[in-house]
Amino acid sequence: MSEPLLRVRDLRVEFALARGTLTAVDGASFDVHRGEALGVVGESGSGKTIALRSIVGLLPRGAKITGGTVEVDGVDVTAAGEDRRRELRGTTVSMIFQEPMTALNPVMRVGDQIAEEPLVRLGQSRRAAKADALELMRLVGIPDPVRRAEHYPHELSGGMRQRVMIAIALSGSPKLILCDEPTTALDVTIQDQILKLLQRLQRELDVALVFVSHDLAVIAQTCRRLAVMYAGQVVETGEVETVFREPRHPYTLGLLRSVPDFDVVRERLASIPGAPPDLASPPQGCRFHPRCAFVQDDCLASAIPLLEVGPGRAARCLHHDQAAADARREPVVAGA
Amino acid sequence: MAVAAEAVVEAQIVEHRRGFARRWYRTPSFVAGASILGLIVLAALAAPLITNHGPTSQDLLNTLQGPSSKHWLGTDDLGRDVWSRLVYGARTDLKVAFLAVLFPFSIGTVIGLLSGYYGGWVDTITNWLVNIVVAFPFYVLIIALVFALGPGTSSIYIAITIVGWVSYARIIRGEVLIAKRRDYVLAAKSGGLSDARILFRHLLPNVVTQAIVFACSDIVLDILAIITLGYLGLGVQPPTPDWGRMIADGQTFLTTHWELSTIPGIAVVITALGLSLLADGLADLLRPE
Amino acid sequence: MTLGVYVLRRLLQLVPIALGVTVLVFFLIHLVPGDPARTILGNQATPQRIALLRHSWGLDRPLYVQYGKFMDRVVHGNVGDSLFYGVSAGHLVLQRLPVTLWLIGFGTLLSILLAVPLAAIAARNRDRVPDHLVRVVPLVGLGFPPFWLGIILLLVFGLHLGRPFPVGGYGSGFVGHLHSMFLPALTVAFAITPILIRSLRASLLEVLESEYVTTARSKGLSERRVLMRHALRNAVVSTVTVLGVNIGYLVGGTLVIEQVYSLPGIGQLMINSINQRDFPVVQAVTLVFAVMVVIVYLLSDVVHALLDPRVRFD
Repeated sequence: MSEPLLRVRDLRVEFALARGTLTAVDGASFDVHRGEALGVVGESGSGKTIALRSIVGLLPRGAKITGGTVEVDGVDVTAAGEDRRRELRGTTVSMIFQEPMTALNPVMRVGDQIAEEPLVRLGQSRRAAKADALELMRLVGIPDPVRRAEHYPHELSGGMRQRVMIAIALSGSPKLILCDEPTTALDVTIQDQILKLLQRLQRELDVALVFVSHDLAVIAQTCRRLAVMYAGQVVETGEVETVFREPRHPYTLGLLRSVPDFDVVRERLASIPGAPPDLASPPQGCRFHPRCAFVQDDCLASAIPLLEVGPGRAARCLHHDQAAADARREPVVAGA
Repeated sequence: MAVAAEAVVEAQIVEHRRGFARRWYRTPSFVAGASILGLIVLAALAAPLITNHGPTSQDLLNTLQGPSSKHWLGTDDLGRDVWSRLVYGARTDLKVAFLAVLFPFSIGTVIGLLSGYYGGWVDTITNWLVNIVVAFPFYVLIIALVFALGPGTSSIYIAITIVGWVSYARIIRGEVLIAKRRDYVLAAKSGGLSDARILFRHLLPNVVTQAIVFACSDIVLDILAIITLGYLGLGVQPPTPDWGRMIADGQTFLTTHWELSTIPGIAVVITALGLSLLADGLADLLRPE
Repeated sequence: MTLGVYVLRRLLQLVPIALGVTVLVFFLIHLVPGDPARTILGNQATPQRIALLRHSWGLDRPLYVQYGKFMDRVVHGNVGDSLFYGVSAGHLVLQRLPVTLWLIGFGTLLSILLAVPLAAIAARNRDRVPDHLVRVVPLVGLGFPPFWLGIILLLVFGLHLGRPFPVGGYGSGFVGHLHSMFLPALTVAFAITPILIRSLRASLLEVLESEYVTTARSKGLSERRVLMRHALRNAVVSTVTVLGVNIGYLVGGTLVIEQVYSLPGIGQLMINSINQRDFPVVQAVTLVFAVMVVIVYLLSDVVHALLDPRVRFD
């Protein structure tokens, strides 16, 4: 197995707040290989967005990486200076954001925004950069690019704007694109278009993706591997098909069971009882234990490490076979 | 910032809103501002106690003296004690400024309430009036008004009121436009409460905080206006001491006794600083969490 | 809509305001307690003169007739004759207008040159030492009476330190103007720079936290380019409006500053006319000031529309 393009190990990110520190991410580990699509799934507050942002070092004010390592294309970005990190942005790793209306500069024409990287960072002439931009617009499926390039973001529809975002992300020919819930703010039909676009681009350009979402269906459609996050920690990793068929963490199981409209028509639509914990004072031992159906005494004893439960599979659970057995009894996915 | 906010909210930290009373002493700007202002107000109130001479008593044998034990800051061209004029000037200017801010505040607030709540032609006319007043440079209109009305403190009050209500009306109107869609207003309306009651009992307490904060910085503007009018001879009339007048009187002696013009100005700056700090502190404290 | 249509629309909106402005200016006379004619003539009041003035101003006619006459004259460019000089007030104003325009223009330029770099430094170094230092400026600066500041500057640079600048007057020729007007313009600039810094800094901070700045950073652009090409461009948009409002304030400030530096502009004209009780001139100058402010607001709106492509579509 070749070296992973992205290696995240035991990542820890803290927020300095008025009343103390909040640990938004406390133990995130996953790998992404060249050309591979990894999904990171979790609810609001699971730390998935912060983990994603840490990869490029674009954390919000007050947040800091306080532990672990992130290696991008062999470079340890956690130890490197800001200059080194900036070098990697755009050309090695780029990012797509959730809300394209706010993520695009409102007073700059979209063509110029797409051409900016080639112009400034790749040192191209204005004409060459413009040509590049038009080519990218065609690539992401924006009709009539010559005319559209002169438009401002507010003159485009939501789907168009997201395509512009994708074009910008591609403009530096990156090896890895980080996607922060890129389809959440879009209509379902547009969502589908954008997802298909991302899949196509990924195949054609052999670019790796890290796709963050709370929507399991979206991840299933786009990614081959996934990492599940809960309360700031990665609680399970593995191939999508395998995890869906045989989840190794009770939270993953709960998630799978609570998704409506999957391949199976189920009699009961379960939801996980309880609520995610307060990250300023997480529960003792396993963070999921207050809501877990399979909880036992040793779950409260001490912090649970991420255990390897198979080739390319990991789960942060001492009794991971319980979840797997439950899924076998009552499959989540049809034809499992 | 959206990401940070979301992350914090998502993590379900419960923010407790601390009461004003418990936090005021922890806000440095508020404390500093209140202290400075407090000192000055105290000095103004205690004027007779801390001065040896009256502000208007002339001593033509001892004009333009430097500081001495008899006259702490020296004397001016008519032999009047500068320190005394400074302190009594504080009295005059502060009093006029505080009063001068009350009328625009009250009138502007009421107009803002009405135009924001009712909208329609009330709002249209209000906006029209606002735009007319705003079309004039602040000082020009005040000076023209004071000129027409005749110099003196009552003209100052009238002029500042005519020009100053605008800012309050705008602020309150803006707040009302937001607030009137809130649930508590809808609840009051559906409960059949009269408009007057809704306006004054429910809306007013919730929208007035911004106006109060603004009033603090408005006093600064008013003090400056009063001083400027005094400088031009249109404001507080002699013999009542006024900092602006003092600066004007001292300008003739700029080459020899520059302190006569400088000292009152410094007093203004310090007073304004105190008020600005107070306004900042209040804004911080009254900011909705 | 195009820029032309936008400007036209704004001009139309200004019509009722312009009317209101003239009403207010017209009413100045009627604010005078007692008999305006008598008060205005003051020492020179003789029964004949009073009667003459009352008639020429139509003070014996109903209000709306008076207003009609007033407007009729204004539309024809006649804002009355100076009681003191006997010439048209309009003529006096035009004579002195260039000085005031110089002061406003020069002052605005200086204030922008001061405010933009300082605000940028403060925003880039949020909550660190440079930021705190810059923030002192609005805090303390707003409390400086502009005319007093002018006196201090005059004292320091005009009378001491080798007298690099003249203490008054307009000077001759372009360079002469620059030289003589520098201290007054600086005073004017100091009067509005604090507000500009505060507003620009706040806008910059807001913009720097926005998503599109994060996008720009994710492109690996240098922080300098992010600031200049993305942040500043957006922050300036909202500051233009603030600048417009403050120039309105500034225009009025020139009045007192002309007094301090003995500049022969329309501000000094107004003060002198007040002292000479030359009512028509006071009215004329007030009207001109209002017109200037309205033009400034219009210009700032137009510039705002030029900078922000979202505006024209509202």
